[in-house]
Amino acid sequence: MTSGMKRGNALIGQPIERVEDLRFLRGRGTFVADVNREGQLHAVIYRSPVAHGLLRSVDAQAALNLPGVHAVITAQDFGADVPVIPLRLQPLPELVPFRQPMLAHDKVRYVGEPIAIIVADTAAIAEDALDLIDADIDALPPITDRAGAELGDVLLFDEHGSNSAIEWNAVRGDAEAAFASADYTRRETFKVQRHAALFMEPRGFVAEWNANEEKLTVWGVAKVAFANRTILADTMALSENQIDMVEVDVGGGFGSRGEFYPEDFLIPFAARHLNRPVKWIEDRREHLLAANHARELECDVEIAATKDGKIIGLRGQSWANIGAYVRTNGSIAPRNAAQFMSGAYAIENIQLTTTSITTNKTPTGTYRGPGRFEGDFVRERLIDLAAKDLGIDPVEMRRRNLVSSDQMPYPLATMTPFESVTELDSGDNHALFDQCLAEFDWSEKVKLQGKLIDGRYHGVSIGCFIEGGAAGPSENARIVLELDGSYTVYLGSAAVGQGIQTIMAQIAGDALEVPFDRVRVLHGSTSHVKSGFGSFHSRSTVMGGSAIVLTAEALKDKIRDAVAPTLGCTPTEVTLDGGNASGPSGGVVSIMEVIGEPIEAEAAFLNKKYTYAYGSVAAHVAVDPKTGQVDVLEIGSTKDVGRMINPLTLNGQSVGSIVQGLGGALLEHLVYDKEGQLLTGTLADYLLPTAGDFPNIHSTVVELKPSPLNPLGAKGAGEGEIIPIGGIIANAVAAALVDFNVEPLELPLSPPNVWRLIETAQKT
Amino acid sequence: MLVKFNVNGDTVEVDVEPRVSLADCLRDVLHLTGTHLGCEHGVCGACTVIIDGEAVRSCLTLAVQADGATIVTVEGLSNDNALTPLQAAFRKHHALQCGFCTPGMITTAHALLTEEPDADAERVRDVLSGNICRCTGYVPIVEAVLEARAAYANPDKADAS
Repeated sequence: MTSGMKRGNALIGQPIERVEDLRFLRGRGTFVADVNREGQLHAVIYRSPVAHGLLRSVDAQAALNLPGVHAVITAQDFGADVPVIPLRLQPLPELVPFRQPMLAHDKVRYVGEPIAIIVADTAAIAEDALDLIDADIDALPPITDRAGAELGDVLLFDEHGSNSAIEWNAVRGDAEAAFASADYTRRETFKVQRHAALFMEPRGFVAEWNANEEKLTVWGVAKVAFANRTILADTMALSENQIDMVEVDVGGGFGSRGEFYPEDFLIPFAARHLNRPVKWIEDRREHLLAANHARELECDVEIAATKDGKIIGLRGQSWANIGAYVRTNGSIAPRNAAQFMSGAYAIENIQLTTTSITTNKTPTGTYRGPGRFEGDFVRERLIDLAAKDLGIDPVEMRRRNLVSSDQMPYPLATMTPFESVTELDSGDNHALFDQCLAEFDWSEKVKLQGKLIDGRYHGVSIGCFIEGGAAGPSENARIVLELDGSYTVYLGSAAVGQGIQTIMAQIAGDALEVPFDRVRVLHGSTSHVKSGFGSFHSRSTVMGGSAIVLTAEALKDKIRDAVAPTLGCTPTEVTLDGGNASGPSGGVVSIMEVIGEPIEAEAAFLNKKYTYAYGSVAAHVAVDPKTGQVDVLEIGSTKDVGRMINPLTLNGQSVGSIVQGLGGALLEHLVYDKEGQLLTGTLADYLLPTAGDFPNIHSTVVELKPSPLNPLGAKGAGEGEIIPIGGIIANAVAAALVDFNVEPLELPLSPPNVWRLIETAQKT
Repeated sequence: MLVKFNVNGDTVEVDVEPRVSLADCLRDVLHLTGTHLGCEHGVCGACTVIIDGEAVRSCLTLAVQADGATIVTVEGLSNDNALTPLQAAFRKHHALQCGFCTPGMITTAHALLTEEPDADAERVRDVLSGNICRCTGYVPIVEAVLEARAAYANPDKADAS
């Protein structure tokens, strides 16, 4: 712990009610749709109506003739080189051919791909003009699934010669030898369905070009403002200091919002092209077609164990259906599905490969627990299947295989390409597992296992997870002591609904040793700090919070230096107390009276290693065999985050994450037909959890093992409990339907899917 | 078309195209941006306002349909002094994260509790199931609404003092 935290937990650890709520509850938030600029025009995007085809021409004349239409921009307006969306994470040369152009020019590769942008006086006129665009597209056969992609007779990228983009490999120990010597092996195939983050506020931007100053301002950025500014500067041939990215209130992210999409370029381009402010707000159907999809994965995976239930190997092949292009973070879920499939368990020998397969569907990206939700589904299912085959209690099976504290630091499988080594540290899986069992009252509930009560079969299950956090390389903070004695904290971290204004003020208040209400936090926008990395991979609290701790120390040193001469002592002898400073002889001065002007410090927290939070989740379900309906009667979770900043918001993350996971396990599915048309294009078709679905969710968060990697001792905690939900729900359904010998291997466990499993089992 | 209605206590007259939704009218013409648009086809509930005492989707209502009506938006349920008991309960229970669905939750819950201050948990869940929240998992929202019932049982306390 640094000396900055010496006053202890005056604010950190307290369930402080959020600052943000005061505006949101009264309808006073400012979301991007609430931003308006003088003289602004409105944009809509003309999107491909077909999944795959050669784009011959775009006739925009009729649209241009409509009164109120100012421009129709196509790829031709970009000149010879149509800009592409670069790879933000893991920019491997192998992935370069699959980058998405900002507008389609030679080919369209998914329904919803932007072809043109229409700018008009009002959004309504621009939408009217959409119907007047005539795109000449020679349709090609669409590829929607792995089988079609592997045939290879139709290629998304002809010059690449295959629909497989890249292979990701996770290796640890010697899987071949382990499987050769194993007492027991079992191999199964699994499927996780395509679904999405589906944040509630549609995306949008307002962009304004100041021709006199040659400066661009963009409202509506989220998650990674600095990275997106770099991309925008490159693609618009501007320098970064010509661009201000302004973060306003952000209506949810979950990994998807804030990544650089075509519209991130198109709206600023249109604003400069027309020298008018341009506004674009996505509609919901557009969102379902345009924003990153996630999760679609097929797996053929084999587990090896000793006869007493020690898992000694995991090997196999997965296929990630990544859609039509590799966008900014399209590599993450496929590679995570391989590296993190072993999760919290000590599996010494691993050989897992994921192939990223391109198809004529919306491109995919990260969604809370990317690749981990999918991999945990496979692993938790295989553990229960193995336990059943070996006649071992599934609870005992897990206990025998969890990575123990003595085994830490425990390296996970090494990933290539883009070699990555990471290790589990500072946790106690067994303690969390036992606490979860106790709080869930497992020993009582397990008596219901497989029992038919009032027409429904009951089942319980428990599973364990790890949550990686604190992605580097750094985060910046700047703190200003203002003339009125208040502190303004500027931060590179971004808000996506997680309450960082409040959390960061708690950290800053303790670090500066001042009350909560003396601190104001401004974050996200590129003008606040020199550089920033934003909010992803459960990093904001750890990285941004630690940056605040370091910056507060630097600022206090500066203040001590400044007041020491007046106090007649050395800087190290100065004691700071709120707005006052005192020396060893007892003299007290007002800091502001001595300094007379605002004083500031900026510092960065650097980090190369990931933090790992650990936890367990238990579920109790009841299944109606006549309808296939799965009712979730209770979920209980336990997680160690090292250090809690705000238990109120932290538990909010846990419960929200669990319910999102239940959506993925039971409801949500982006269904395509064979032509590559999205059939679930509205919220009436794409089912999200609602208030009546999952009433009984309990989360416990503890401070068991502080992270040794940062001055707060905190671990990332924004994703967590969603990770094992698919696996534990499937295991609970299997346990409930044990009499039918039903073993779910595919998600979602929707009523028709579960009903079919029961019907099939009864016939065999 | 000229349309006249009362919103949050003020009588307003607006000139709108017949195709303009009430939500767009409130947001773009009257600058009441607390009413949010999440789906524009009546599923998500973020745009819920109270028309003549009933919770209504303003994205599915044309502005011209509101002629002569009395409308309350989330802004009309607030004042500068303090949070209302319903709003305070939302804050206490951390019943909002990103805040985007919150105005619709507040207006829906207010309309419910005004009519049924003794609504039980099942009834609250049933009514709120027309509003989608992606952040909270709904558990804290239901807790907040149940806690706020006491203030509606005694209507004088339902407004912030």
